[in-house]
Amino acid sequence: MMSEPASVPMVLAEGVHKSFGKLEVLRGIDLSVRRGEVMCIVGPSGSGKSTFLRCVNHLERINAGRLWVDGDLVGYRQKAHRRTGLRLHELRPAEIARRRQDIGMVFQRFNLFPHMTALGNVTEAPQRVLGESKKDAAARARELLARVGLADKADAYPNQLSGGQQQRVAIARALAMRPKLMLFDEPTSALDPELVGEVLDVMRGLAESGMTMVVVTHEMGFAREVGDALVFMDGGVVVEAGPPRQVIESPQHERTQRFLRAVL
Amino acid sequence: MTDTAGQGGSPATPDGLPPGTSVGQITAVPVRHPGRWVAIAVLAVLGAMLVHGAVTNREFRWGTVGTYLFDERVSRAALETLRLTVLAMLVAVVLGVVIAVMRLSPNPILSGVAWLYLWVFRGTPVYTQLVFWGLVGVLYPRIGFGIPFGPQLVELDTSELIGPFMAALIGLALNEAAYMAEIVRGGILSVDEGQGEAASALGMRSRTIMRRIVLPQAMRVIIPPTGNEVISMLKTTSLVVAVPYSLELYSRTRDIAVRIFQPVPLLIVAAIWYLTMTSVLMVGQFYLERHFARGSTRNVAPTLLQRFRGLGQGGGGGA
Repeated sequence: MMSEPASVPMVLAEGVHKSFGKLEVLRGIDLSVRRGEVMCIVGPSGSGKSTFLRCVNHLERINAGRLWVDGDLVGYRQKAHRRTGLRLHELRPAEIARRRQDIGMVFQRFNLFPHMTALGNVTEAPQRVLGESKKDAAARARELLARVGLADKADAYPNQLSGGQQQRVAIARALAMRPKLMLFDEPTSALDPELVGEVLDVMRGLAESGMTMVVVTHEMGFAREVGDALVFMDGGVVVEAGPPRQVIESPQHERTQRFLRAVL
Repeated sequence: MTDTAGQGGSPATPDGLPPGTSVGQITAVPVRHPGRWVAIAVLAVLGAMLVHGAVTNREFRWGTVGTYLFDERVSRAALETLRLTVLAMLVAVVLGVVIAVMRLSPNPILSGVAWLYLWVFRGTPVYTQLVFWGLVGVLYPRIGFGIPFGPQLVELDTSELIGPFMAALIGLALNEAAYMAEIVRGGILSVDEGQGEAASALGMRSRTIMRRIVLPQAMRVIIPPTGNEVISMLKTTSLVVAVPYSLELYSRTRDIAVRIFQPVPLLIVAAIWYLTMTSVLMVGQFYLERHFARGSTRNVAPTLLQRFRGLGQGGGGGA
């Protein structure tokens, strides 16, 4: 698969396992996301899709297998060892934080900081993590808020915004760190049906700008139109993967067919 | 805007008014609460009886109360009580935050030390601890800093380093820090887990997350019980006589009372000062809570004056 070293995939998973106690949530995930690709992950709840997404930026620690982001092993460093050849070393918290800076994440329940204005939410990490000046961070934050259509809401607190507006601020907040990869964890599942469109529009724009995105979603329309690849997960494994149209219109696997009949 | 009446044949409203009259600003008569006024009257009478009884009872010796209420020794002692309260609480809050964060740390050494601290300082009476700090000079006459088991570099007289005021302050602060730690821990745990996740997904380090994201949100939960602790501390300062330190309000008024053989009026003097200081602290707490409610409620709490005005009418009283 990864024959040309020049095009290292943005995300590469090989046999990823994750258990919570006795519950095995991921049972050997293999997939790869190319640069600039939009991959949508669908599947019934409890299929492990959100857990996989959280493993990508090390919010969850995997138990077996390997996971790379942009060629770097997630959560570990490989070092040569006298007897065993290669050995894994856990990364220090500072190094984990450093890697996460390049990976934006958008949550189902937005998780905006309620004690800060929309502008404050967007400028916080660039100021505290990247050490940007207040002026530079604010200028860029206003730009990003304009990009998600919320230029006039900079001074509003999250509880003064609708769900759709909050999620768009959350996207601007993630973009402020200039990530090379964006993870979306069911970004529209907590929204009123009317408000889903405005968030998907922002995501569509982001995809068109060439951002690499992994999107866990139930929006089959979005997956079909915007996605470059579609992965169907169930029971902690990838059941079927391929170009969205192909998977949606002529699913090969019986489980995929059953799922699509239910959601379409 | 209200012009729906013009449409021919549109039906009247259910209560028979012509169509269109129901549209517009509602100017309803608010629900009256006559019971509240009756209760106020009853309480006023009872209060008047109480005041009358106290004023006419010669044993209260209001003249003496008046003489000593603004006596310089008393007002100075009140200031000393306030100083002890504020300093002890400042130390306790800072130390409490540190211990709470330690207690929640994944590092077993830090959380173990924090647990041990709580066990000792919450598990023994503050009076005992105050006596101990008063005796520390006897237990360790000299305090030295140097190489462990080796030579001393600096050596100090303990009684010089820890005088009565210092002993009282340390005793109160260390004990209070244990309680503050639990209050802060409760506040930290009340903050949604998603907040920390969102912040770490942005690449923030745990210390920054605690300082910028978690603690500011925890403040809303931390402040009310902390106000309680401040007021409790104001009164606990009367125990520092155990050190012994006797320049604060309670000891001072008691000393005067013993000298002039009149305990009641000086108790009243002390009570009036404690009540006054508590009232001032309560107002401070109210405005602090209003400040930290920012972003968490759409309706900012009314100021004290606005609340008082709303007493007699409307549903605004809310139980």
